[in-house]
Order: sequence, then structure tokens, then C-alpha cells
Amino acid sequence: MKRFALAGNPNSGKTTLFNSLTGSTAHVGNWPGVTVDKRDGVYKKCAEPIAIVDLPGIYSLSPYTPEEVIARNYVLDEKPDCVINIVDATNLERNLYLTTQILEIDVPMVIALNMMDAVKKNGDKIDAKELEKRLGVPVVSISALKEQGLTELMDKAYNESKKQRQGATVLQESKLTHLISDVKTALVGQNVANPLFHAVKLVEGDEIEVNMHKETLGVVEAFKKTFDDEVFGNDFEALIADGRYKYISKHFAPVLKRGTKEKFAQTKSDKADRVLTHKIWGIPIFLLILFAIFHLTFSEDFLFLGAIFKLPELADIPAFVTVADGEETLTYGARWLQCIYDGGVMSPGVIINNIWNNMIVGELFGLIQGAVENSSMQPWAIGLINNGIIDGVGSVLSFLPPILVLFLFFSILEDSGYMARIAFILDRMFRRFGLSGRAFMPMIMGFGCSVPAMINTRTLADDKERTATIRVIPFFSCGAKLPILTAVAGAMAGAFGVGNADLITFSMYVLGIVVAILSVLLMRSTTLKGETPPFIMELPTYHAPQFKNLMLHLWDKTKHFVKKAFTIILASTIVIWVLTHFSFSWQFLDDEFINESILANIAKLVQPLFTPLGFGRQLGEFGWVFVVAAVSGLIAKENVIGTFSTLASCLAAGGHINVDGLDIMAENGIDAVRAMIMANPAIIGATLVAFIAFNMTTIPCFAAVGTAKAELGSKKRFNYTLLFWIAVSYAVGAMIYTIGAWLWTCFIWAAAVVGVITFIVLRNKKLAKKESTATL
Amino acid sequence: MEKTLNQFTLGEQGVVKSVGGEGKIKRRLFDMGITPGAEIMLRKKAPLGDPIEITVRGYELTLRKTEAACVNMVVASETATTAKESGAK
Repeated sequence: MKRFALAGNPNSGKTTLFNSLTGSTAHVGNWPGVTVDKRDGVYKKCAEPIAIVDLPGIYSLSPYTPEEVIARNYVLDEKPDCVINIVDATNLERNLYLTTQILEIDVPMVIALNMMDAVKKNGDKIDAKELEKRLGVPVVSISALKEQGLTELMDKAYNESKKQRQGATVLQESKLTHLISDVKTALVGQNVANPLFHAVKLVEGDEIEVNMHKETLGVVEAFKKTFDDEVFGNDFEALIADGRYKYISKHFAPVLKRGTKEKFAQTKSDKADRVLTHKIWGIPIFLLILFAIFHLTFSEDFLFLGAIFKLPELADIPAFVTVADGEETLTYGARWLQCIYDGGVMSPGVIINNIWNNMIVGELFGLIQGAVENSSMQPWAIGLINNGIIDGVGSVLSFLPPILVLFLFFSILEDSGYMARIAFILDRMFRRFGLSGRAFMPMIMGFGCSVPAMINTRTLADDKERTATIRVIPFFSCGAKLPILTAVAGAMAGAFGVGNADLITFSMYVLGIVVAILSVLLMRSTTLKGETPPFIMELPTYHAPQFKNLMLHLWDKTKHFVKKAFTIILASTIVIWVLTHFSFSWQFLDDEFINESILANIAKLVQPLFTPLGFGRQLGEFGWVFVVAAVSGLIAKENVIGTFSTLASCLAAGGHINVDGLDIMAENGIDAVRAMIMANPAIIGATLVAFIAFNMTTIPCFAAVGTAKAELGSKKRFNYTLLFWIAVSYAVGAMIYTIGAWLWTCFIWAAAVVGVITFIVLRNKKLAKKESTATL
Repeated sequence: MEKTLNQFTLGEQGVVKSVGGEGKIKRRLFDMGITPGAEIMLRKKAPLGDPIEITVRGYELTLRKTEAACVNMVVASETATTAKESGAK
């Protein structure tokens, strides 16, 4: 099968083209660097099926960022049958800079001139025919989004792929042209493939190239000694970059005829920017948007209408209450109404959540559980299905709505181009922590899922910045950790009557961010010291989010989540159920004897380790449930609450805990946690906060750990990362619990923190002194 | 008049004369189109005055003042009036 590679600048529409060609649903965003790894698909509408490879977006084939090296190596080593170079027509000059570099490789090539519709809209014109003549390779105008010109593009590419193409360079007008051709001749003599490309790179002094062709380097060095340019001296890298742009401005740029005479015209994007990145209002607006997102997703009192107008709860309105079996319950109609209103109007996120959980999943699973209960199956089978599988999987599925709603908002921010502006606004702040504004993107992605967030760190050029960012990404509480927050916070608010659950949830998010910031500061001043990495980034034009695109994102996320619920999470709930219902002698244990199970015994062994965090020894007989929940989170964080539900329902069925007035089967897990709180008088608020904090900052799930391992590269660095996660979560958990339980311990902690800071500062001073004396 | 890009005021325009700085940063600036002869306008400053946003080769680029300090510029002569105009808007 023939293979075509898509190459081009970040945010030029490669992935949109890839999706249009292959019918895939890969993630697209209006942010430079969404695609950071190559990915494959198949185009079927040609004479034969063609494999399409989407390469990460790059500005150049320099060796400085990992994704540039990925793209470069792919084109050079994997030898695709054709390279489709996608060029953003609204940004011609800079896009063609990469084109001039790909032209030097001996590979068939076609230019896809994308976003021609936007060019027309601006009143500009590009003569594609003329450009084709000047470049010497086919140029096809397309719109990747509207799927225009794709057939022509692929036909041209298919034709080209049957031919051979010799690399050509635009540097023939440069002062280095003779040197380049000398080096090329030498390389041809050594039978090097793509001699022209390698020759140019060698002249540039490209690190990778210099190591590969040491013997030819002499030619360049000798020439360098005799060379002197009035502007560049003997900086060949600069001379070549300049030569490319000079050629582009002279020969290629004239194909663009601007409608307006003004060179720096104001566009719609500029007008939006005047507000969104305003000097004073930029940061408040950003915070307001962030707050609005959380409010729209989680608030049970939309726009605070209930609190302002003191609206009554449904249970206080007689018309909605019926009496059945001596108990007051809401009528069926009122239960629907309750999804939308109960003492306050629900926010859209909560409405969707309520309908899904109370009316759809809850009812459905209730029916199934009822049927299983009344069947003639063995008691252990009924237990496994009802308490193990359905409760476990159900509690996971119940988190689908908030995760999707939150994800939708972040997709809108990203798609519109605002995300890139946030990096612009926040860079100054991030620099204080030794990071660049770019690190913001992977971090905010961490609120959705750590896995894509960690992969996205490839857009960071600095290795130490990348490592630090990967390590703190899990602290940005991901979608799967949200259930832990809402369930425990809800139970806290219910059991202790402290504050409101939203506020606890929100402050836990803030806690995660604070821990992340402090950890980065700590790392950047100790093990990962280094210069603050540069911040040179393109700001994409704003555009309205594409509805189709948003829906694709959501669908993708849903599929991924449901698949996870029915595979890894289903498997682990079954394992946990089995381990809690069999003794070491593989005897089936009824719910009442759960305390003698394999899992209980193992958990009791490690339980003392968690005593300083508040959920160890002091919790007595059933305290081990917390340990098991936390450990099961290492498989997938959704498991934590799933495990709670499973274990609580077993404990309740065995009569170990009192569940009067609680609905411990409720999918949100709040009452399951409440039941645990009631069973253990030793549990205080601090225990629960410490439990959340521990789960939030400890080793993330399996998938994230695997990703971190792959992204960090070195084994040593990965091991340190694991150690770092354990240490941070333990310290944070212990600090919260001890201070919460005994306020005076805050002095000890403060003293410890001051001690550590002084130690680091003094040590850094000493090191700096040593360095300065060494250089003298 | 000559000055470095970080000294530009809002709306000021000029032409790149030369680019200094350490290898990696210089290369990145070149790759993004900031080469001698390129025309640049300072479009915006971030809330705390840094980083800055410029228009170069028809698109928007953001960079920090420390990086902008590597770019030596020749200020365009007629900029004084245009700078006032876009500043007033």
C-alpha cells in the first residue's frame, strides 16, 4: 500500500485534512501543536487504498524540538511515497519556509493550499498556478474543513508518487551555494540518500547531521574560516534561514495580491483581542470564564437564583409530596422536576447529570438489580452481579455527564483560539515558577485527562520544563478524579453539615493547583534547575468553534470512557468483589464476614502506613476500606468511588454499618461514603480532605503512569517521578490531617517548610558561588 | 533610528536589522520569520507588560521581552503618526 505523509506548520489544518481524508475523528484544536505524534489512517477513494500519516506540525526541520525530529525522521527514514505539504494560505510566507526545506529532500511532493476561502474573504487573491510554476511541484487549492478539492489533491499526489523527484533548493542565490554543492558532491560520493538535504543541514551545523557526517564536516569548517558576511559573520545557520526567507519574499510572496493596501490591517481577531487580552481586564476575564465553566457544570443553584430569592425546596411544597408506607416521598412527576429545580434552578451540567443518573441509569440499574435479586441464582452470583458489577460499573457511568460537559467547555476554549491567548496572558506568571506560558496548555488539559496532557508536553522545547510539567499534570484533577471529589465532598457536607459541597470541590481543585505550583518551584530550584525556557509562539486567528468538530470530540471521549468502564473497570470491580468475598482458604464469605476476606487482611497489613494521613489504624475495624479504595485507584481513578460503593453495599448487606435513611446504592457514591463515615466515628473532616488530597496527588492511574514512562524517556527519571508522586501525596495528606486534627501541629509544619526553603536557598547560593569561582 | 524590539511602543513599526542571541533562540526567531529585512509591528503587550505580541509576515507572534531584546530593529520613519492612531483606537 502506498503511504502519503501530511506535513505542515502547526495549526495549518493538517489534522482536519487527515480527518476529512480518512474519516477519522482525531482531536483537532485551534492551538499550535495539538498533534504531537504521528498517526495513521486510510484513504479509500483513489485507484488503490492509500495510507495517510499525519505528522506533528512543525515550523522547520531543525533538531530543536522532539516533534520536529519525529517529522523529519519520518520523511527521511520511512520514505513515504509522497509528502503532502499543507500550506496555510492566509500565512503564506512563513508556511513556505518549511516548504523550502522539504523541497530539498528527494521525495515526491504536492502542496495543498489550505484555507483559500479565508483568503478570499479577506479580499486577497493567490495565483496558485503561478506558485506551482515557481515552486516546481503541483499546487492544489483545497478547503480541508469544507472538504473541497480533496479528490484533485489526492489524484495529483497519486500521480506524483509514481515519479521520482530530485531535491531542489532555493539557496542558489545564497553566498553558500558553492559550499552546499561541494558538500553535496562529497555526500553523493559516500552514497548518502537525500544528499542535498543533508548537505544543507551540515552547512547549517545541525547537531544531528554533524554527528552523522563527521568526516565531511572538515569541508564546512575550512570554508567557515575564510568566510565573512557583513551582517551574519560566519553564522551559516542564520545565513541559510535568511536566504530562504529572502527567496520567499522575492519569488513566492508576489503570488499573493492583497485586497487592502494597509500592511498591518485590523482584523476581527484584533478586535476580540482588544477585550480578551486587555492589559487590566485580561486576567479577571480569564478567571471569570473559568468560574463560569465550573458554575455551568456543577452548580445546583444556577446564577444563585435560589439563594437570592429564597426559593423553596420541592419537599416543602405539599402538591409534590405523596405518602407511601408512612413515608413522605416525591411524586414521579416531581422527581423529574427535581432534575431541573430544587430550591434553586440547576445549572445545565447538573440537569443533564440528574436526568442521566436519577431517571435513566438509576432506574435501569434498579430494575436489573431487582430482577437479579428475585431470580433463582446462587446467593454469591446475585452478590457478584448486584453489588460487584452493577454497583461498580454504574458508579463509573454516572460520572459521564459532568466529564463530558467540562470537556465540551474546554474544547470550545481550545477551538476558538482563546486557549493560546491564555498562555500569552499567563506567561509572565508562569515564568516566576520557571515555566513558559506554553506549559499552561498541557496543565489545563490535565483537568480532562492526564494521558493526552502528558503527550502534549512535547510542544515544550526544554527537557527540564517537560519533566517538571509531566510530574505535576496529575495534580490538575482529571475527569476521573472528579467523582472522588464530588462524592466525598457531598458526604462531608451531609454528614458534618460543613459548608457546601461545591465549595469543597472547588477548593480541592485549587489545592491541586497550589501543590502543582509549589512542586514546580521546588523542582526548578533543586533537581531540575535551568534557565527559563523561551516563549515564542504563534497566536492563531479566532474562529467560531466547529459544531461537527465539538461533537466529534465528545463522541470520542464518550467511547473511550464507556469502553474503559466495561473493560478495565469492570475487571477490577470483579477482582475486588472476589477478593472481598473469599477467605485465604478460598471459602465463599457472606457479606457479614467481609472482615475476614483476603482483601481485608491484606489491607489491614498496610493500613498502619496510612495512620498519619488519618485513614489508617485509628479507623478501627472497617478503616481498611479507605486503603483498598485508594489502592484500587492506581488501576483507574474511577475505581475509588466504585470500590466504596461495592464495599459499602457489602458492609450494609452484612449489617455491619447502619444505613438508615441513606441510599447507598445511589450512583453518585455520596451516601456510600456517608455510610462509611457513620460506621467509623474516628473519621473527621480532616480525614476526608486528606483522603481526597492523597488520591489527587498520588501515583495516577495505570494509563497515565504508562504515558509518563514513555514520555520521560529515561528509566531513572521515571523512577524518581514515581517516588515524587508518593512523597508529595503522603506529605500533603499528612499535613492536612495532622493540622486538621491538632491545629498546633501547623507550627511544626511551618517550621519544617521554612527549614527546607532555607536549606535550598543556602545550598543554591553555595553552588552559585562555586560556579562563579570555577569560571573565574 | 535603531533600537531593539523590546523597546518598541504600542503600534510602532520597523524593519529587522539583525538578530542576536544564543543558538536555539536565534534559530527559533529565524524559523518564525524574524530575519533581516522583515517588517514588524508591535501589536500588544500582555497584562503585565510582558510577553509582547507582534505582527510579522502577516501573522501574529508572541514572544518575551528577553527574546525580543535579541532583535535589532530600524524604526520606520513615518511610524510616529500611525503609532498614535492605533494607540488611540
